Amino acid sequence: MTVTADHDVGKSRLLEMVSIRGATGPLIGLLLLCVFLSIATDSFLSFRNFLNILDQITVLGIMAVGMTFVILIGGIDLSVGSVLALSMMVLGYLNVEAGMPMAIAIGGALLASAVAGAVSGLLITAFRIPAFIATLAMMSIARGVANMITNGSQIIGFPAWFNMGAIIRYGGFLTMTVAVMLIVFTVATLYLRYREGGRSLYAIGGNPEVARLAGIDVQRTTVLVYVASAVLSGLGGILLAARLDAVQPSSGVAYELDAIAAVVIGGTSLSGGTGGVVGTIVGVLIIGVLRNGLNLIGVSPFLQAVIIGSVIVLAVAVETIKRRS
Amino acid sequence: MTSDGRSPILTLRNIHKSYGPIEVLHGIDMDIHAGEVVALLGENGAGKSTLSNIISGTVLPSAGTMTWQGASYAPANPREAIDAGVGMIHQELLLLPHLSIAENIFVGRYPMKHGRVDRREMESRAHRGLERLGLDISPRQYVEGLSTASQQLIEIAKALTLNAKLLILDEPTAALGGEETKLLFKQIERLKSEGVGIVYISHRLEEIKQIADRIVVMRDGHKVQEFDTADLPVRTIVEAMVGRSMEQMFPPLAVPDEETVLEVSNFSSPSGRFTDVNFSVRKGEIFGIAGLIGAGRTELVRAIAGADPIRSGSVKLNGRDITPNSPRDAIRNGIVLVPEDRKLQGVILDHSIAENIAYSNFESVARAGWIRSHRVREFADENIRKFGVKGRGRQKASEMSGGNQQKVVIAKWLARNPRVVLLDEPTRGIDVGARSSIYEIIHALAADGVAVIVVSSDLEEVLGVSNRILVMAAGRQTGILDRDEANDVSVMELATA
Repeated sequence: MTVTADHDVGKSRLLEMVSIRGATGPLIGLLLLCVFLSIATDSFLSFRNFLNILDQITVLGIMAVGMTFVILIGGIDLSVGSVLALSMMVLGYLNVEAGMPMAIAIGGALLASAVAGAVSGLLITAFRIPAFIATLAMMSIARGVANMITNGSQIIGFPAWFNMGAIIRYGGFLTMTVAVMLIVFTVATLYLRYREGGRSLYAIGGNPEVARLAGIDVQRTTVLVYVASAVLSGLGGILLAARLDAVQPSSGVAYELDAIAAVVIGGTSLSGGTGGVVGTIVGVLIIGVLRNGLNLIGVSPFLQAVIIGSVIVLAVAVETIKRRS
Repeated sequence: MTSDGRSPILTLRNIHKSYGPIEVLHGIDMDIHAGEVVALLGENGAGKSTLSNIISGTVLPSAGTMTWQGASYAPANPREAIDAGVGMIHQELLLLPHLSIAENIFVGRYPMKHGRVDRREMESRAHRGLERLGLDISPRQYVEGLSTASQQLIEIAKALTLNAKLLILDEPTAALGGEETKLLFKQIERLKSEGVGIVYISHRLEEIKQIADRIVVMRDGHKVQEFDTADLPVRTIVEAMVGRSMEQMFPPLAVPDEETVLEVSNFSSPSGRFTDVNFSVRKGEIFGIAGLIGAGRTELVRAIAGADPIRSGSVKLNGRDITPNSPRDAIRNGIVLVPEDRKLQGVILDHSIAENIAYSNFESVARAGWIRSHRVREFADENIRKFGVKGRGRQKASEMSGGNQQKVVIAKWLARNPRVVLLDEPTRGIDVGARSSIYEIIHALAADGVAVIVVSSDLEEVLGVSNRILVMAAGRQTGILDRDEANDVSVMELATA
């Protein structure tokens, strides 16, 4: 009995590392989608196209990780698109207009994002403003500040190596931006699964009162989660700046909806407490593959929007039905 | 009962009610006449609410018959009861704060004219209803901001505009002050003289003596006694309420140490739910807290555990002031709470037992902040086995019985070796078997030198497990009884003081 148990433990630990817990449905959907697109088009199934998809999902992927944290504790963050724009503009201003080194500009951009997240978090915890309202306000404020920096115009003129980070494929496949995304995915997955702080998020989302009575500092954790979401959005903004080689304050409009969609498709419950980053990665891939594939088939962007909307409904409906039975 | 020759407006004959296999009402007979106030008394869980819910159509009886004004009466829902003329005023007021008084009175049955709400008619009828109760407020005023007493009277006015001939008042004075209570009683006298029958549920025995004409006492779903007058000594009423049965469920008590572990002084809540509470608990002592619902017991233990803020006072642990600001603070000092509402405060139902236990024991399942998931399961299995929980760590909390869930809540704390354990209603909703094993856990804790505080509405339980008992009434500490002077009557007297 004990022997088998030990054996089980060793095996299950390995399995657990790669397990996708509750995201099997979305994963099956993703695989079916890939099979369909491979048959329907000549160009989908290629290494090159796969790398393209990875490039296309970097910004959404990183934002969706932050959104996963927020939704796990039962919150919502509508400000991520605006915070992304704010981060981009601070980066452009510090590096190009003020002529500071890129390292300082990146630090400043992330700091500005962190401040936006901290304000949202404090509004939610200390002033008990609903997350929806607090981050809706921050969505407007951050967008406004982003516009104020250059009075609405774009900034160009980053150093040449910055843009190259998004173009050069090191080792034939890995751009700097994709590498950053993969690091974020790995760290976030490990954090949520194996760190005290990560497990506490599940407790808070499951029932904040139980979590508080269990000795978890719910208020502090909540603020930090909104800071994390904002910093990841800011990081997304920096990667977007690298890809575009320019920054403009109108970037990232409606990105929050894509991020929420990816999280929800990935099986994280909007009421909090269940889900995880692996599911979100699958959700991001579904959105990325769908956009890429529909473009290859030549579906109009308008119809694409309809299809993506339907996928969201389908994913959530399947999960709900599965849970009920 | 019918000695004066009047026939009752409502008669109940042999009313039974079962939930599944458990019968909670065992054949109740009762008569209510026009123009009299019948007090319905009993401890928490005696069946008063179930009975009044049956009369008001909220709950259907399993067996038995009712007669209302000479005709057979079997309301299928509150609507039918209201249409027949039976109104119930619940303890929690059910008014809509953002609507006017008139709208609240007529919500769902607005007087209409030309397909629109006839506001003038509505307001004048509401005004007449308020006048009948001697209330001088405009029916256009919003309910928000009115005193609790006024809101209570508006509920009554609402019932009266429905031509209620019988009113059931469930703890109408629970939230009222002395003056407000007087006002309410004046209106009740007035309704009586108009021939309205009233069923009055309350825990405040002094009030009952003032207002009631007759008293019906219930215990464990039986009608145990009926008094044709309310002019009785409180002791007589209390004895009827508590009965005399002590099962041999409780293990014998050990003598606690002399050393004081916990000292609570001048403890008051900001909202006045409890004021100026003082007591101390010794090492290995089981300290009971008794009182009626709303006496402030839950609020008191929550504040000691740091879950709610306080206005003044201090908590000392072994002589050191550690008044906690948060549950985290209290836990760090070894004070843990097993809360009243298991499902909302004790466990996360959707998560596994192992996870639930891990949330309050991170330092035992993690190394340098990294959770070892095999350790989470082992730790849970170890601890639930210790307390005889049937089940395994990976099961969801929602898949377990109430008794096992409660043991999980206790287990998650005991793994930390606490110095003070606060248990709020530890056996509520738990069957007898699991109950005695929870008593055993409590005694084992005391034997290990833990200071244990048990809050309970179950008199038998609090008398059976405690070395000493603190009794509270309406937020005040009315006395601390030693085990040899504590009995059902002495506790109830303090609890209704």
